[in-house]
Amino acid sequence: MMKYIDEFRDKKLVSGLLEEIDRLSGQPVNLMEVCGTHTMAIFRSGIKQLLPETINLISGPGCPVCVTAQADIDAMLALARDKRVTIATFGDMLKVPGTRSSLEKERAAGCRVVPVYSPLDALELARERPGTEVVFLAVGFETTAPAIASVVSDARRQNITNFSIYCCHKLIPPAMKLLLDARELKLDGFLCPGHVSSIIGSRAYTGIARRYRMPCVISGFEPTDILETVLMLLRQRRGGAARVEIQYKRAVHPAGNPLAMRMLRAVFSAGDADWRGLGVIPDSGLHLKKPFHGFDAARKFRIAPVKTAAEPRQCLCGKVLRGVSTPPQCRLFGKTCTPEHPYGPCMVSSEGTCAAWYKYR
Amino acid sequence: MNNTARILLGHGSGGTLTHQLLAKSIFPLFDNPILAQADDAAVFSLKGATALTTDSFVVQPLFFPGGDIGKLAVCGTVNDLAMMGAAPLYLTAACIIEEGFEISLLEKIIRSMSRAAREAGVTIVGGDLKVVEQGAADGIFINTSGVGSIARGRSVSGHGARPGDLVIINGHIGEHGTAVMAARQNYKLTTAVKSDCACLNGLVDAVLRAGPRVHVMRDPTRGGVATTLNEIALQSGVQIEIDEEQLPVTPAVRGFSEILGIDPLYLANEGKMLLFADPRSTAAALAAMRGHPLGKQARIIGRVTGKGEPLVVLRTAIGSTRILSMLTGEQLPRIC
Repeated sequence: MMKYIDEFRDKKLVSGLLEEIDRLSGQPVNLMEVCGTHTMAIFRSGIKQLLPETINLISGPGCPVCVTAQADIDAMLALARDKRVTIATFGDMLKVPGTRSSLEKERAAGCRVVPVYSPLDALELARERPGTEVVFLAVGFETTAPAIASVVSDARRQNITNFSIYCCHKLIPPAMKLLLDARELKLDGFLCPGHVSSIIGSRAYTGIARRYRMPCVISGFEPTDILETVLMLLRQRRGGAARVEIQYKRAVHPAGNPLAMRMLRAVFSAGDADWRGLGVIPDSGLHLKKPFHGFDAARKFRIAPVKTAAEPRQCLCGKVLRGVSTPPQCRLFGKTCTPEHPYGPCMVSSEGTCAAWYKYR
Repeated sequence: MNNTARILLGHGSGGTLTHQLLAKSIFPLFDNPILAQADDAAVFSLKGATALTTDSFVVQPLFFPGGDIGKLAVCGTVNDLAMMGAAPLYLTAACIIEEGFEISLLEKIIRSMSRAAREAGVTIVGGDLKVVEQGAADGIFINTSGVGSIARGRSVSGHGARPGDLVIINGHIGEHGTAVMAARQNYKLTTAVKSDCACLNGLVDAVLRAGPRVHVMRDPTRGGVATTLNEIALQSGVQIEIDEEQLPVTPAVRGFSEILGIDPLYLANEGKMLLFADPRSTAAALAAMRGHPLGKQARIIGRVTGKGEPLVVLRTAIGSTRILSMLTGEQLPRIC
């Protein structure tokens, strides 16, 4: 285990990378990471303080819990209140505030909400409790989608009819394009997500690099990974290049993971999805294909598609997710909005940008 | 129903079943003259300053590598007394048991409490036993209370940290949290890590006898080292800096934490103590700790940098700094 940790946190390597970054830095650059695990890793090791002031690391919409639309949270709460239903969810969803409540509060009021550690556990729960309808809250990006696809396939094959998913799974590249199209920010490069890319591969970003002339580097999660990625982005900028590179070579292949992608495509197709702060983005969500409609909780329990529920007033989560605002610019940050009493989702999730700023300041 | 002897609601009635259970499964294991009186309260005399503490234990699972709820219930209370510089003397133990609980398991837990108490040199002088319907508790909950005497001249508390103090820990962090998490099987991870659950009064005594100027002692249980340091910073009104590279973490705990994305600094310990001492006497404190079986790995992990706005700062392994905050929310419920 240590073989894969210490080497990537080596002080000498870090100072060597920092010297090189210092040498190449000049004009201010905005580099965006679109993965919550990157956000946390950057804060946890204190990378921002080590970088030259001209290098601005901006957190984008990289936390799946945070980008879940208010309407979807409200729909999940409605499902939880259904007497037939047991909600199975990753723990991060428990505290996310809906318009009036949260899963944690619903559980305290008697609803059945069970935290699970894997979608497999949710299916197991359905097997163990034939008298109840188990609904798994599928919230995540490309990384976790293949596992969910596999579980839904298993449920269908084994004819487990009391299992379904409320699917909010999203795809990252369409959100990156939207941010570039919106031109709210002048971006100079993307630190592309390591885990997502291990599934979708580096070719998924080729269009972004070419069309927007945007350097993209797929990064690992250790301090030296992130610093090397910054360096690779600076080198591209300096040389006037805009291409996709893989820093995280030990996990990511240009073609991704074909087996996982096959599983994903067998069960899901891309369609519209509503993102908190970003709105509806075409082809950015995963929807169950027709043969799997029986496992779609929204259909099964006739959850009416709410257009868009209003997001809490004064809460800047939307702007934070677009990278336009930093958490301290929010009037609620650290005052009325804390991890114990979160106002918006970016403060709830362990990968949320506000939670990272609050925890590591 | 099989033939396993189980706790019935009647065992908590105070009638004959209660008396039989006490006579067979409890009294023989907690054998001492004060308890044997079987009166409504234990009677004893104490001299001088006295420390009193109480703690409830709801850990799940009840048995985990390195300990069980019984050992934990004794060590937890003994340690709370020891951290105040008190010599723990007498404990009470109250059990709330779920109907249907196996009597053999209860006996196993009581034996474990008895062993831990004997090793720590404390006497269990009183207790209570209640039984609740199935579903109204989860197996067994235990509360222990304890008293201890503070020797004249010993003054240790969370308010005592001073600028310049060095921060010492007696060994590897995060072992209890890891052992309990792994034992729950939720994560489908196995590890050889054992809980560090241990009574620290012997170690504390060894250190204080060596005569160093100790200002604060505290056991970093729930919320881990990070949370305990924040409590001390808050109570003493000081700023503390911790060196990530100096933190003793075993490869097993580190690997487990990395896989689950958690920080060992927030994992619970049940046999660790943080000690703040005057820099002129840290050498003596370290030597005394290292001479005791529970302090062999003792080392300095940080220092109090100044008075003022309470703050704990971590110097990260790559040479940067960040604020080390208190645990927010719950990392894992029911670890003790």
